[in-house]
Amino acid sequence: MSQRDPLAARRARAIRAKEWAQIWLDPSTFGLVVLMPLILMFLFGSAVTLDVHGTRTGVVDMDHTRASRELVNNLARNSYFAVREGQSVAELEAGLKSGELRGIVVIPDGFEHGLVRLEPLDIQLITDGSQVNTATFLTGHLRGALKEWVEAEARELDIPVTPVLKILPRYTYNPGLESRYMLVPGAIGIVMAMIGSLLTALIMAREYERGTMEGLLATPISIPTLVISKLLPYYALGLASTAICVAVAVWGYGLPFRGSILALFMIASAFLAAVLGQGLLISAGTKNQFVSTQFALLSGFLPSLLLSGFLFEIDSMPRAIQWLTYIVPARYLIPSLQSVFLVGDVWKLFLPNIAILLLFGLFFFLRVTKAIRRRIA
Amino acid sequence: MAEAPHLRFEGVTKRFKGPRRRSPPVLALDGVSFTLPPGRTLGLVGPDAAGKTTLMRIMAGLVEPDEGTVEVLGDPVAQIDRSQVGYMPQGGGLYAELSVRQNLELYARLRGIEPEESPERIAQLYRLTGLAGFENRPSGQLSGGMRQKLAMACAVVAAPRLMLLDEPSVGVDPVSRREIWQLAQELAGAGSSIVWTTSILDDAERCDELLLLHEGKVHYAGPPGGLAQRAAGRTYSRALGTARPRDAVQALLEQPEIVTAGIAGDRVHAVTRAAVPPGPDWQVAKPDADDGFAVSLDTGVVLPPSALAAAFPVRSADPAVPAIAAIGLSRRYGSFTAVQDISFSVSPGEIFGLLGPNGAGKSTTFRMLCGLLAPSGGRGTVAGRDLTVARAQAREALGYMPQKFSLYGDLTVAANLKFVAGAYGLSGSRAAEAIERVVGALGLEGYFASAAGALPLGTRQRLALGAAVLHTPPVLFLDEPTSGVDPLIRREFWHHINAIAARGTAVLVTTHFMNEAENCDRLMLINQSEAIAQGTPAELRRLARGMAGEPTLEEAFITLIRSQREEAAA
Repeated sequence: MSQRDPLAARRARAIRAKEWAQIWLDPSTFGLVVLMPLILMFLFGSAVTLDVHGTRTGVVDMDHTRASRELVNNLARNSYFAVREGQSVAELEAGLKSGELRGIVVIPDGFEHGLVRLEPLDIQLITDGSQVNTATFLTGHLRGALKEWVEAEARELDIPVTPVLKILPRYTYNPGLESRYMLVPGAIGIVMAMIGSLLTALIMAREYERGTMEGLLATPISIPTLVISKLLPYYALGLASTAICVAVAVWGYGLPFRGSILALFMIASAFLAAVLGQGLLISAGTKNQFVSTQFALLSGFLPSLLLSGFLFEIDSMPRAIQWLTYIVPARYLIPSLQSVFLVGDVWKLFLPNIAILLLFGLFFFLRVTKAIRRRIA
Repeated sequence: MAEAPHLRFEGVTKRFKGPRRRSPPVLALDGVSFTLPPGRTLGLVGPDAAGKTTLMRIMAGLVEPDEGTVEVLGDPVAQIDRSQVGYMPQGGGLYAELSVRQNLELYARLRGIEPEESPERIAQLYRLTGLAGFENRPSGQLSGGMRQKLAMACAVVAAPRLMLLDEPSVGVDPVSRREIWQLAQELAGAGSSIVWTTSILDDAERCDELLLLHEGKVHYAGPPGGLAQRAAGRTYSRALGTARPRDAVQALLEQPEIVTAGIAGDRVHAVTRAAVPPGPDWQVAKPDADDGFAVSLDTGVVLPPSALAAAFPVRSADPAVPAIAAIGLSRRYGSFTAVQDISFSVSPGEIFGLLGPNGAGKSTTFRMLCGLLAPSGGRGTVAGRDLTVARAQAREALGYMPQKFSLYGDLTVAANLKFVAGAYGLSGSRAAEAIERVVGALGLEGYFASAAGALPLGTRQRLALGAAVLHTPPVLFLDEPTSGVDPLIRREFWHHINAIAARGTAVLVTTHFMNEAENCDRLMLINQSEAIAQGTPAELRRLARGMAGEPTLEEAFITLIRSQREEAAA
């Protein structure tokens, strides 16, 4: 029907009222919209962390000089390490084997001697190669700690430090280099992806399963009106979940919020358009609530978690996987969210991302209206 | 210019994809042609999977035909004016968790009626449906009859010119069925036409026109009298005499000359293929639509002796010891009493029927006797085992076919039967034998690898019956086993049930079909949680005699229910 339906607004309102009534009567919606964001935010904000604190590290000082003692004390004071000193590597090796120690730092004989002469310093680090991540972290942290210590020592002794060795990282926007600052905005993206696709994954399938879709389709309502009217209440719920997440991030975890509410609203809306549409398409395609839920989790949550750059850096993925990340809506959300929290309004970043997300939404919407049609199998 | 016909079908054909990848397409409709003039009521009848629902969906513009012409209200169906067509899908299409008011207002607005602007139409709908006072009740908690009335109100709230009602009277008791028919007539405005699908020929007989569909083809189109006329000269009846009604019917059904047979009052009624039925005293009788239906679809097949029953051991338990006993059974939910002090007993080999309107407490009584629900008062025994102390042993002794299909829709027929066999402790070769027997007896071979949820209704009911008797129990509970299935499958079902009872199994059954109730040895009529009458079908008819001349069982049912309602009201 191409002519305009004068009663479309009335019909749209009737569907919205029905959706709200169903949401109100269904306690699981509350769990999905309020409890799930709280639980996930707690998990990502508190339980999951990429920071390493108190790594149990053995230290063997073979030099026994002022400089070496100072280095040992310095390491002991550093919160990244929990130092246990031993007389020999052999003494500590058992600890490494049993997993009690993550690595052993060996300060060689002649350490101070070499230091004052500006000779290259060889400090050995023995790590547990079976725990690759921990070993890498430990190496990195030790390198940083050593560098800092060497510089301080050099200043004290008034020795010039070779400039080529000097790496002075400045952790912009995240001075404490806390992974939480990066994780929490990402977690909001994951929560939104999950809730968005789950919310709508159920709603069309439920109509088909209960046979009410037939009743709706037999009325004069147009399909786009039906789809949009069904979507709007869930868009509002999605925004409510987002607001809860942001509140937890700011007041619960003390994240700065350097951008504007308007920018956040626009980014969140664009993203919700994409994920709600995705859930709706799954729902209309499977016509089965159970399959639909599984599929929504598989196609909404997992790619958002793995391929959005939230946990794993996209640049370090194989090329083929990198291409794949371009079809994950969360990829366009998370950098914008991180900016809104940690940097401010970077419209140059936001606008293209918003545009891409809206295109996703439009694509899904068109596919949904096509998938529904007026057909009952 | 005269108004165009409300429906015009010409050579309409529709194929669906086969159930499996390689299987050929299923021909749902095959060259269907008919015309429905304005203001007429068309009854759409036919056996299971005949294509009735597909035809309705085409009329509602929800399915596109592959070939042929379809005109709705004078326009091609592609330009269907949905505001002029009220479609009530099978099952009603209601939101169970939403209230009566929410459902009605949703459909009113979708169909262009603003309840605030048309309060008189809404008030009229509440009055006619009898739903006034129930506006805030969730539709899922209404009785079956009221739910169907609400669904109809939702479909026709905008007073459409064409009302499409798919199975509006399925699973509904005789009182509600009459009310629903009445409601449709009242709701149809002047000049509106109605299409009404049903598997109940009683309903169909009241329509102006009938369309009999079978395997996608039109087998009859015309007034109901014409369908009945097909059995003219082949319909006979005779007095029952002293014979037990169901024995008389069973004996007839296995005769090669007989198309169908049943009980009507104190006479046995038979439709033959050619000659007069065997035996003396047969008189020519007036055929009805049921008879015409049976003749039209007769394939010449003679019902073989029930292979389903043959597996049951002949049980010759002491008839004085009841196989099922309810002793003062009661069930209360808070302040609401669902079942109040019900007592009866069923002997081995007896068929006992529970009758009553939707929501009277039949299913609750059933569930208590199956050990699925603890009684609030009284007790029940099954095969001599007390349900309160030996529930597991009692359950072992019974087979239960619930009202709602309760097998796994996404499992195959084979997997479902294997599961049920296992649940009843049959394994290995015993399970395989039992499954083979049931599948053979019920004609399920062709569906062995199909998902149970995708089966046509009648086939699904066959599967449910098969699952209930896999372990050849001494006690069988059947809760509306024939709800929604066509007369041919009903006849087949009762053929099995009678044969199983003849082996000494006690059968407790609920039904809304009074010709099925006639087949029971004894009946109990339950209304508003209480037993209001108990006895043989003849005794129940006699109870109502003073009030309504020489009543049929259906008339007796309605009279007894109404008189109790009046008493309760007074």
